[in-house]
Formats: sequence, structure tokens, C-alpha cells
Amino acid sequence: MATLKELSSKPELFASGHRACAGCLAAVGIHEVLRATNKDVVVGFATGCMEVISTIFPYTSWEIPYIHIAFENAAAVVSGAEAAYRAFKKKGKIDKDINFIAFGGDGGTYDIGLQSLSGAMERGHNMLYVCYNNQAYMNTGVQRSSATPFAANTATDPTGKASFGKKQFPKDLTEIMVAHGIPYVAQAAVHHWKDVTAKVEKALSIKGPKFINLLAPCTLGWKFNAEEGLEISRLAADTCIWPLYEVENGVYKLSYKPKERKPVIEWFEGQGRFKHLLKTDEGRKLVEEYQVEIDKKWNRLVSLSEKK
Amino acid sequence: MSKVVALTGNEAAAEALRQINPDVIAAYPITPQTELMHKYAEFVANGKVDTEMILVESEHSAMSATIGASAAGARAMTATSSQGLALMWEVVNIAASLRLPIVMPVINRAISGPINIHCDHSDTMGCRDTGWIQLFSEDSQEVYDNCCMAVRIAEHPDVLTPVMVNFDGFIISHTMERLEILEDNEVKNFVGTYDPKYYLLNTKNPVSIGPLDLQDYYFEHRRSQEYGLQNSVKVISDVAKKYAVLSGRNYGFIEKFMMDDAEVAIICLGSTAGTVKSTVKKLREMGKKVGLIKIRVYRPFPNEELIEALKNVKAVAVFDRSYGFGNVGGPLFIEVRAGLFGAGISPKDILVSSYIYGLGGRDITERHIAGVYYDLFDNIKAGKVKKMQNYINLRGEDSPEIIYNVDTSLVSKS
Repeated sequence: MATLKELSSKPELFASGHRACAGCLAAVGIHEVLRATNKDVVVGFATGCMEVISTIFPYTSWEIPYIHIAFENAAAVVSGAEAAYRAFKKKGKIDKDINFIAFGGDGGTYDIGLQSLSGAMERGHNMLYVCYNNQAYMNTGVQRSSATPFAANTATDPTGKASFGKKQFPKDLTEIMVAHGIPYVAQAAVHHWKDVTAKVEKALSIKGPKFINLLAPCTLGWKFNAEEGLEISRLAADTCIWPLYEVENGVYKLSYKPKERKPVIEWFEGQGRFKHLLKTDEGRKLVEEYQVEIDKKWNRLVSLSEKK
Repeated sequence: MSKVVALTGNEAAAEALRQINPDVIAAYPITPQTELMHKYAEFVANGKVDTEMILVESEHSAMSATIGASAAGARAMTATSSQGLALMWEVVNIAASLRLPIVMPVINRAISGPINIHCDHSDTMGCRDTGWIQLFSEDSQEVYDNCCMAVRIAEHPDVLTPVMVNFDGFIISHTMERLEILEDNEVKNFVGTYDPKYYLLNTKNPVSIGPLDLQDYYFEHRRSQEYGLQNSVKVISDVAKKYAVLSGRNYGFIEKFMMDDAEVAIICLGSTAGTVKSTVKKLREMGKKVGLIKIRVYRPFPNEELIEALKNVKAVAVFDRSYGFGNVGGPLFIEVRAGLFGAGISPKDILVSSYIYGLGGRDITERHIAGVYYDLFDNIKAGKVKKMQNYINLRGEDSPEIIYNVDTSLVSKS
């Protein structure tokens, strides 16, 4: 794997000057992914925060070929571009190697884009799909998605006298992608640049469809101060709310095992979207419920990763 | 050299696509388009084409993948019908806005609900304002010819606009007909190669496709799409001339049938033109001055040709195989009336009436069409349109119909 020094001396593929919020970690995630590429790259994007902040005609942050079509179809669009590449290769019209990367937020991936993602993965296109997961529809003003955590306060599932926020635990998209039987699936988080880099490098070295679910805390939607995002990302891994792991050809491997697991409440404390949980007995009960669910999931993952 | 074959409309389209041999085809099954893609999949399986075929999980992804392939620099196509076109409508708009020269056969079928798999034009009419060029085909021959010409029209640098090749579900798609096809190398040379100026796979010259475009540029970009359609008028005509040299078949924006001295005329799209032609011949034998205007190019709409063709006509019936809910007439009727008004022709000069017919595959026969011509003569006699909105062969409505005599000449009103 490349060193930080090597990575930082690589040409910038995603130029500064874009219009992301101060403290935006999805933009950091894009940097991390692109820095880990070593070949020519073609990027396809779903509608969402990063699409909106990275282009506005006549400006673009993309120093590489980029296409955005709509919200639900980044995987389908990139599968078309990848098929065109194969056609050109077959006809001898192109000889260089190109990496195809599709990006979508959690709305564009877990929800509206799930079908096209599933289709592209099942068809076996040689592409990497990266979900930059900020756990809600941040671009449209913090509405809940199926990636939003249990009990989070969002614009469409707000807390109130009769509601504690989101009623459901998030859909486990990473496991859904594992169930597709594709050669490489990973879960990563932006605070761990080394892990992200290693995973992207590995994914791009494998032929076929690959999926990385990349946690990217959102200052606006999660309600924390702009400088606190990386710490909140780290806490997600340390509380095992967002385990870092990979599944290569069906084999589970934990990428990070906290020396001492922190209680989930520490993750909630730093985020305004959970502040209602900390005030009442009812809220604390929900936190306990949360802890039970996270323990269950973590234990399952540990046992899967110990199987050889 | 041409070769005479017997093919269904779907097979004729598949044959044209085989000869064009696009880089990428995305396909998702829907009746009545299925046969076209079965046939093409066979070509792929037998190594007769070198197309990368993407068997997607929906029509939305079919158009999205076709867009991705086209933007990557490939000649890319898909085909669909009805609900499939409705599902992809979102991205059909974006294909045109990105000026991607995609060619898409649309095998016309009714739109749900209620669900119905048979022919009408509601599907493609729902895409009228998406910015695509829309061609209609009367029979398998025209399906084949339109597919061949569509590629050159779409990819012309002055046009760069996607093209829908419409043909009637089942009536054309599943009917075996005689047609002439060109040699493989003739089609190959005719369509040439697609050499886009900007494309994703050119990583040396990276471009951003589909950026956010707000109040300050969106309007100009929408306007620029219109230039593509305006420029297509000359290109459609030039391509038809070149194609005529190769095939011996001439195609205009409209086809006039026995219009030189016609007092009354029917205007229609698609396969119904064939039924109207045979009716016209029979009525002509009886001395009735009737004619037909078939519209082949619906977008861009051929206002000038149409007005010129109608200049000596006293009454005209506009046939719509789709609804225009909440107004009089379907989309074609509204276009024709607007065109006449724009040319300074008043409703008193030409008596125009609307006939909605054939929805969900409802049959239309010579008897109905003859009835319409009789209505038009009645209107002339009355000096006004007696009934503006008419329905053909519909329960609960007084449908125009003339009963045949034993010798098949048309004699009397029912």
C-alpha cells in the first residue's frame, strides 16, 4: 500500500474549490477513494450532495471523466460505460486499462438506487461501487433513509411528544451485497484513511463487481461541529456501530477490532440528532435496546470472521 | 443489391440492427418488443454481431446503461414498449438533453391502466416533449428502412439527437410481411462509424457530463436542444435522399396518397395508413375524391409539408390512436389544428374533425374508414363540422361505419 507521503504527492483528481460544507466528510471520502487509484478512472455519480457540490455549469471539480445522469441509476450508467469499454477493447479501439467507479449516497444506494445496483452487481460488470453513507438524505434537507440509524431525529421522522425519531434499525446493505456473491465487499469509514486506501486498492485489483460502504459523517444532518466529524467516525468504529470489515470471496475479515469496545451512548453524545435519547428514561431505554442490537450484530461478525 | 425476405416487424428491426452492429445494446423484455431482442440475442449467441449486450433488470436501467455506453463513446441502442417507455421516461429526457445519438425502436402499445398489451400510440405520445426525433412506420419495410436511416440522422453532428423508431405492436411487430433488405456491407457503409467529439473513455481529455445547471444556464441548454431538432429537418431529408439512391425507396416527412385532387383527407400515423390506402382505392373506384396523408416524421413536426398537402382539401379527419384527456382530440389533432391556424387557415376554410380510434388494439377496418370519409362529405354539405369529437368502433358512441355490398364495393351508411 502507498504511504501517506506517496498518496499526498499524487495528482489531484478531485479539485478543491467545490461547494461542500465546511467539515464535509463525504468529500474527504471521495479524495480517499480517488487517491487509491493507479490507473485511468471513469466516475459515474448518483444525484446527491457530492454531485451537487462537485459541478455547477460551467465549473467542475473533476479532473477525470465524470458522468451524472439521475438519482437511482449510477450503477446502470457505469455498467453501460463499462460495456462500451469492453466493446472498444474487443474491436481494438482502446488498449489502456480503465477503472470504473460509481458513487452514490445512501439514498441513491440503499433506497432508490438499490435495484440498479443489484442488477449491475449480478451482471458482473468490472466496476467498483462506493456508497458514501451519511445516513440520510442530506442533499434535500435530512430526510430519513433506510440507512438512517434507529432513533435518529430527521426531517421526515422527527422527534416529538409522540415520536422518538426513526422506528427502524438501518437496512444492512453491506450484507445484502455479500449475499450477491460478488468477489469483494467492504465496510469502511472516512477517519481510517489507511483502511479506505487498502480496501480501494484491493477492490480495484480484483476483476468483477465490488462494493464498498463508506461511512461519512455529516455535520449538518448529524448535528455536530464541523471539526468533530473524524472523531465521530472513529467512535462509530470503536462502539462497533459501524464495524470495519471486508468480505473477499465470501471470507469475512475484521479490518479493525477495538481494544476496548466503547458503549454506544458515547457515539450518541456527540450528535444533536440523538440528543433526545439522553434526556429521558425512555430515551435511555432506547439506548439500551440499541446496545443489544449492536452487540448481536458485532458478535455475529466476530464469529463470521473467525471462521476459516 | 436488395434481397427479398419475409419478416415480422420485430425481425425486420432486428435485421437492421444486426447490419448496423452497434457496440452496445441494453435490453429488458416487454411485450410486444420481446421478439426483437430474442432475435438480437440469437445474433450475439451465434457470433453474428460483436455487440456487448447488457441484459438489465429494468427499462429504467436499459436507458441508463444505453446513455452510459453512448456517453462513453459507443454506438448504443435499446428497444421498448408501453410501460417500459413510461418507466424510462425520466432518463429518455436526459438522453436528449445530453445530445446522445441513441436509436430506440419503440413497439407501440397501450399504456396501463387498465393493463393491455395491444397497439396504440399512448406510449410514444407520452414522450412527445422529451426532445427525441420520432419516426413512425407503416409496415415492416418502413421499420427496417427507418432503423437504417435513424442512425445517420441521430449521429449527424448538426443533429446529435436521439431517435425513436415507432411501429405498431402486434399489427406490425408480429405480422410477417414481404420486404426488401440491403446487403450487410451496404448498411455498414451507409451508417459509417460513430466518432464523437467528447466521450468518457477518452481519459486524455476528461469531460464532466451532466453537471448541475441552474438558473443561469439551464434555459440556454434546453434551447440548444431545439437547434438539434431544427437542424434535423434538413438532415432527415438528406439522409432519405441518400437512402433512396441505395434502396430505391423514397421517404418524405409525410406521404401523400391520392391527394392531388382530393376533396377530403384523413391524416394518420403508423399501420392504419395501409388500411386507409386500400379504402381510398375502393372509394376512388366509386368516384369519390378522397386521399390520405400519412405522417412519417412526427418530431420534428412537418407543418409546412402538411399545410401544402392540405391546401385544396375541404374537410379533413385527424386520426389519433391515443387520448388527449381534457381537451378535444388527441395529440395529432391538436398539432394539425395548431399548424393550420398558424398558416392563417381558418376552421371555415378546412373543416377539421377528430377521430380517436384503436385504443388498446381495438380493430379499425375499411368500413370504419369509409364511414369517416362519408362524414367528411356530410360536413362539406353542411358547411360545418357536424361532430368535432368522434370515436371509431367504440361502444356507446355513434361510430362511423359503411356496410359492404357482396361485391365488396362500399355502398351505404349503416
